[in-house]
Amino acid sequence: MRQADGSIRPAYRDYVSWLDEQDPALMRRKSREAEQFFRRTGITFNVYGDDDAEERLIPFDMVPRIITGGEWRRLSRGIEQRVRALNAFMHDLYHRQEILRSGRIPLSLFKSNVAWLPQMVGFTPPGGVYTHIVGIDLVRTGPNEFMVLEDNARTPSGVSYMLENRETMMAMFPELFAKIHVQPVSDYPRRLAKSLAACAPDAASDKPVVAVLTPGIYNSAYFEHAFLADQMGAELVEGSDLRVVDGRVQMRTTAGFQPIDVLYRRVDDDFLDPLTFNPQSMLGVPGIMDVYRSGGITIANAPGTGIADDKAIYSFMPEIVEFYTGEKPLLPNVPTWRCAEADSLAYVLDNIAELVVKEVHGSGGYGMLIGPTSSSREIAKFKDKLKARPDNYIAQPTLALSTVPIFTKAGLAPRHVDLRPFVLVSPNGVDITPGGLTRVALKKGSLVVNSSQGGGTKDSWVLED
Amino acid sequence: MLGRTANSIFWMFRYLERAENTARLLEAGFRMALTRGADAANEEWRSVIVTLGERAEYEALHGEYAGAQVCNFVLRDKENPQNVLGMIEAARANARSARTSITAEVWEAVNEAWMMLSELLDRPVREASLGNVLATIRREATLVRGATYGSMLRNEIYHFARAGTFLERADNTARILDVKYYLLLPSLAYVGSSLDTGQWDTVLRSLSAERAYRWLNAGRMDPRGIAEFLILDRRFPRSLAFCYDALRGNLGALAELHHDRGECHALMREADRKLCQATIDSIFDKGLHEFLTAFISENQAIATAISDDYRFIA
Repeated sequence: MRQADGSIRPAYRDYVSWLDEQDPALMRRKSREAEQFFRRTGITFNVYGDDDAEERLIPFDMVPRIITGGEWRRLSRGIEQRVRALNAFMHDLYHRQEILRSGRIPLSLFKSNVAWLPQMVGFTPPGGVYTHIVGIDLVRTGPNEFMVLEDNARTPSGVSYMLENRETMMAMFPELFAKIHVQPVSDYPRRLAKSLAACAPDAASDKPVVAVLTPGIYNSAYFEHAFLADQMGAELVEGSDLRVVDGRVQMRTTAGFQPIDVLYRRVDDDFLDPLTFNPQSMLGVPGIMDVYRSGGITIANAPGTGIADDKAIYSFMPEIVEFYTGEKPLLPNVPTWRCAEADSLAYVLDNIAELVVKEVHGSGGYGMLIGPTSSSREIAKFKDKLKARPDNYIAQPTLALSTVPIFTKAGLAPRHVDLRPFVLVSPNGVDITPGGLTRVALKKGSLVVNSSQGGGTKDSWVLED
Repeated sequence: MLGRTANSIFWMFRYLERAENTARLLEAGFRMALTRGADAANEEWRSVIVTLGERAEYEALHGEYAGAQVCNFVLRDKENPQNVLGMIEAARANARSARTSITAEVWEAVNEAWMMLSELLDRPVREASLGNVLATIRREATLVRGATYGSMLRNEIYHFARAGTFLERADNTARILDVKYYLLLPSLAYVGSSLDTGQWDTVLRSLSAERAYRWLNAGRMDPRGIAEFLILDRRFPRSLAFCYDALRGNLGALAELHHDRGECHALMREADRKLCQATIDSIFDKGLHEFLTAFISENQAIATAISDDYRFIA
């Protein structure tokens, strides 16, 4: 919110002048109202292995995170470039593998990647799109600089919070929106439906049937699955509703089986088809991969896209962007040490107290070490793990996360944030909704913003010019 | 719509209706306990349990039919697989799995019902708060019904919801009438006595029918008249005839939407024929219990046929 010299950043000027006029007691009451609102509408997520709180609220903070129109345009260009490169990269990895032949990324990295699916080799998904829905996690590191922290190319979640946070803010502070013009996010579901329909396979009719595949009501993101299906006017299906009939994936309706053209799946690759992947899984559809490969259905995101969200691959994204676009990356990575490389490992071991060390395949804030907030015992233990399997880890500096204020009992206080804009890809182009999900660490000094680790969310505003 | 979703919607509304009717039944028992001697009250609480078909489960756990014990058993005891809180939870779980098929208003109504009742039934219910708990159950169920009526598109989903409601309600009315009739009349000598009159009053109260009946009959209590009212009067929303008028409408709408009739429509036609031809005299001649037993099993057959015809389950 403030610049290095302590003055208010331009993006926040109108907001701060509004906030200064507000009664603090009233603001605290609004904050409680917001929580009731979330509880009543059932905007919850489930925490695995936590009996006591089967459904939990993600804490919501009322101070918006604000980005100017100009900043957003620069960001968007960088995101679009990155997403195009990601799709080209995946096509290449499942076809000619030129990037490997050129030696730009090492073969070893690729060979050890568990997200690689041999079933996808030589197959091009309808429209040539691999990652239809992408979430790019960004951190601000300077007045004009955003860096990419992570690419979520398989099943990025959180878009329902982006939408509900905005609804909540508009319900609580309508006068604020009359005063400050914020670009709307509410048409995301319509854009999603349009983008998915544009990726329908040849077998589809003029009006492609889109469905959302959920593992069911016990999944942590069930609310989001239901929300998106509802907003798109699509069916929300579970594996038990689907069957391969006459070479198509069909859903069991009250009037018989009906084919699905595009399946926005929110189950992992491994559970998608028990005939191809995990035979124990009841979440998927036996035979869907055969239908997919014969052009009878579009699966979004395509199986095997996890290959691009790996943290070791991430560290090569600047090379990947350059290789496929021929341009310098507009959005830099956060500097990353690959522990698989001897020099980097030595550096990480020496400087571990200042670094964040992450598992290459980890997600959700699990399996990581945050140097500055860890005890010397934790550090010593983690060092052993690092030495035992260096190729399983990367490390990044901790300075990268910028802060934005949150409401606390004692007034505004800075907390670390990141930003996940949501990107849609179809043969018609790349579509980025202006805004995204801002995740915020609620504990003072904490760098972990993941909801599974007690982080909260904020509304994210992109201002109209 | 998905067969699985139709199943969820159908059961969501069945559970809500069942929870509401169970609350009505308890309320009638509660009233008796307040207005009559201890022995009569125990009898009445026992009849509540018998009407709910939970006698074996109850007696396995408790010796006597004390009010507080019965209420807690019926409302919240985990040992009782049919407890009301469980019904509300089941209704909400079904609503959650059919979240995309109901409006936000209906979802919020059922979610709020669940939140409120989970809190109220978190601890054993004391007598002083029983009235409030029972009124809350009825009110919350009414709010869901109102939201459904006022916000849902009149499509397939709506008709499955209503079909669930009326099937369940017909079943509940038939059971209450059947059990009460048997249980409350230890011998024919009681007919017309003040005890008998009080008991029929409970039957009416269990169905929230006492005012309507009194209004129509100038305060006269007579078993035949009450049975006729609860079975055949098409104006009373908990009578068998009313429920079947509504159910026929919902099944007819489903047939039209699907351009197809199934087994459930054939059964419905047959049930309608029987109900239309019945008079209270013919019912009593044949035996009220026999009539109601047959009705309950035919009602169940219609429910099964709906589930088969519309592919509720794979």
